[in-house]
Amino acid sequence: MKFRIYRYDPDKDSQPRMQDYDVEMQPSDRMLLDALIRIKSVDDSLSLRRSCREGVCGSDAKNINGKNGLACITRLSDLKEPVELRPLPGLPVIRDLIVDMTQFFKQYHSVKPYLVNNQPSPEKERRQSPAEREELDGLYECILCACCSTACPSFWWNPDKFVGPAGLLQAYRFLADSRDEATSERLDNLEDPYRLFRCHSIMNCVDVCPKGLNPTRAIGKIKDLMVKRAV
Amino acid sequence: MAIPVRKFDAVIVGAGGAGMRASLQLAEAGFKVAVLSKVFPTRSHTVAAQGGIGAALGNMGEDSWMWHMYDTVKGSDWLGDQDAIEFLCREAPKVVIELEHFGMPFDRNADGTVYQRPFGGHMQNFGAGPAVQRSCCAADRTGHAMLHTLYQRNVRANTHFFVEWMALDLVRDASGQVLGVTAMEMETGEVSILHARAVLFATGGAGRIYSASTNAFINTGDGLGMAARAGIPLEDMEFWQFHPTGVAGAGVLITEGVRGEGGYLLNKNGERFMERYAPNAKDLASRDVVSRAMATEIKEGRGCGPDGDYLLLKLDHLGVDLIEDKLPGIREIAKKFANVDPVKDPIPVVPTCHYQMGGIPTNYRGEVVAPQSGDPEVVVAGFYAAGECACASVHGANRLGTNSLTDLLVFGKASGDTMIRFLKENPGHKDLPKDAADKTSARLARLDSQQGGESVHEVGAEMRRIMQAHCGVFRFPDMLIEGVKKIKETAERVKRTQIGDKSKVFNTARVEALELDNLIEVAVATLVSAEARNESRGAHDRADHHQRDDVNWLKHTLWYKESSRLDYKPVHMKPLTVQSVEPKVRTY
Repeated sequence: MKFRIYRYDPDKDSQPRMQDYDVEMQPSDRMLLDALIRIKSVDDSLSLRRSCREGVCGSDAKNINGKNGLACITRLSDLKEPVELRPLPGLPVIRDLIVDMTQFFKQYHSVKPYLVNNQPSPEKERRQSPAEREELDGLYECILCACCSTACPSFWWNPDKFVGPAGLLQAYRFLADSRDEATSERLDNLEDPYRLFRCHSIMNCVDVCPKGLNPTRAIGKIKDLMVKRAV
Repeated sequence: MAIPVRKFDAVIVGAGGAGMRASLQLAEAGFKVAVLSKVFPTRSHTVAAQGGIGAALGNMGEDSWMWHMYDTVKGSDWLGDQDAIEFLCREAPKVVIELEHFGMPFDRNADGTVYQRPFGGHMQNFGAGPAVQRSCCAADRTGHAMLHTLYQRNVRANTHFFVEWMALDLVRDASGQVLGVTAMEMETGEVSILHARAVLFATGGAGRIYSASTNAFINTGDGLGMAARAGIPLEDMEFWQFHPTGVAGAGVLITEGVRGEGGYLLNKNGERFMERYAPNAKDLASRDVVSRAMATEIKEGRGCGPDGDYLLLKLDHLGVDLIEDKLPGIREIAKKFANVDPVKDPIPVVPTCHYQMGGIPTNYRGEVVAPQSGDPEVVVAGFYAAGECACASVHGANRLGTNSLTDLLVFGKASGDTMIRFLKENPGHKDLPKDAADKTSARLARLDSQQGGESVHEVGAEMRRIMQAHCGVFRFPDMLIEGVKKIKETAERVKRTQIGDKSKVFNTARVEALELDNLIEVAVATLVSAEARNESRGAHDRADHHQRDDVNWLKHTLWYKESSRLDYKPVHMKPLTVQSVEPKVRTY
């Protein structure tokens, strides 16, 4: 099977290049990550992140034939050859397929991604009805792989100012939690020409999310909350 | 070569459930704590846990921590330490409630309480049954929800994470006290000494010693390798859990929660065979029992598929609504990795290496203990371990489903508290020994200058093949003897591995070579310990000694790296406050 892979090692390359690989796959190689590991077994200089190999840890996001996705749950049989692999777009490249995710996590941290409830802790759990809990479905499952934010032109242009779809999905995850008490502070934190409102609903994020989540919908709901409190 | 030194009150190696529960205690108490992780914290393998956290909340009907304790002792086949098990089960409800207060998105009952599902080996009335609903869950993504919640809480507490740093060796002084670790920043390849007053290992398991494993690539037993090289023994390493339901061929986990919600296993005749092996608990018997039953079915020619090498997990009768509500992740995995939609077709599954019951010996406070002048459990000053890398021992010879996440929360928190007490009583850093980084420098220099060595990939694959063939669900004396010989030969080859990539920048070939140094210690410990244990107990099943032998073998194994020596120590049969659970025949 044929691959074209983005290579760059600042230790020895003056600029990035594309390297071609033609490797024989085994019947047990089903996913793109299996192929990458096979390539690495013959060329150990190819650097990539990977861990769970089942789509839950979010390590191995990359740009696969032009579209962001997770290597471990992308079937080889679904890919057109040569399979062109590049690092996630819009973030600085550290080496090969490994990007510097500092800016991505900075935006995630900026939404205060933790439950705020300053009431004294009750002895038992805080009650939440099944309907209230259901509000968190489609939000808490995010694996922070960054496929969405690095597919978003608004994030490419303003990674320092626009929170991006992943961060905003998590902002809404806490706004939507019946146990959270910081709604107004959370909305204040996003009331800004860039942080929330740079989303123009082009839905690239929805298109690439490997977990089938919908950040655009969550962003829309945050905008609704903004409107609601303004009137 | 001068290696930079950074000082902290405490260093935690590993940012999974145990590491982050401990870091929260320390950070919230105002200590300067560094948490090292090979991966961004939410990528730690806790993320892959599916089915739930065991705690006797009693939300679904009557339950008691004493029933939970009984089940855990029985599940451990009496090899678990009963003081630690009492502590685990008594503390479990408290740490689960705390986690809910941190924001964990647990599933809910109509009255707003946390939903709990049945799980293997969890029963009412001190094992008499029927099954109890004790597993607190968030659909089939409990580990994911828990790990993210703990990370989020650590963001709030301003915990200092060193992301993509790999710890390489333990630093001990002449008295044996632990004073820190050496570690490599992966992005730059630079090595530092992290000098601390207390060090916690929360490095997870080493399931990657087997070819077929539910474990992530990062589960390479780094803490065990570092401890073993520093002269600390490894406890009960012969006990590995083979999870009954790994996706055949792929190894990916299918939660026991499927059977908890009503799914069951079938052989090629469409027979629900667990009824023969465990008439009461059936498919919800303990994991070692179910895995052995499955291996027996396959061995006796009742496996499914063209090669008769797997069994089927049926859940379509649960209906699409329940599957979408409680097991959505399973449906996703089955479609992706087994090409079946479980709302229509059964999933092909096979017992797959999943969990390491053994590890670094600790007491129930999280302090690492080792024999010294006749006392089997002397505290190693400044050294702590929690989670899968530790052996408290609450899981003994077989862990019950859901008890791993409980273990992370209970012992993560307890070790954090113990460290806080130690830090308060022992102000000031002790001086680092002059040779603090020598061992690490020598390993790295050897790897960089190695000529004519073998590829890490090939030697690693050989190790995994040996473990798979010689130390699986069923263990045969001749295969064990041969396995010990082969794995020791492989260990010699590991000393001569060579990497092509010599770059300083994010050199994952170097990381994998250093990981193999750790894996091989675990593999040798496992085979040597297994070969010596002449009985069958929990997950260790010997063809030549089919019975448990409490007269000779009701004891913990200790393996030392030095000459691969074995020692033994007694099991703690006495709980902290309640009556001991006396050994008896274990049936489900």
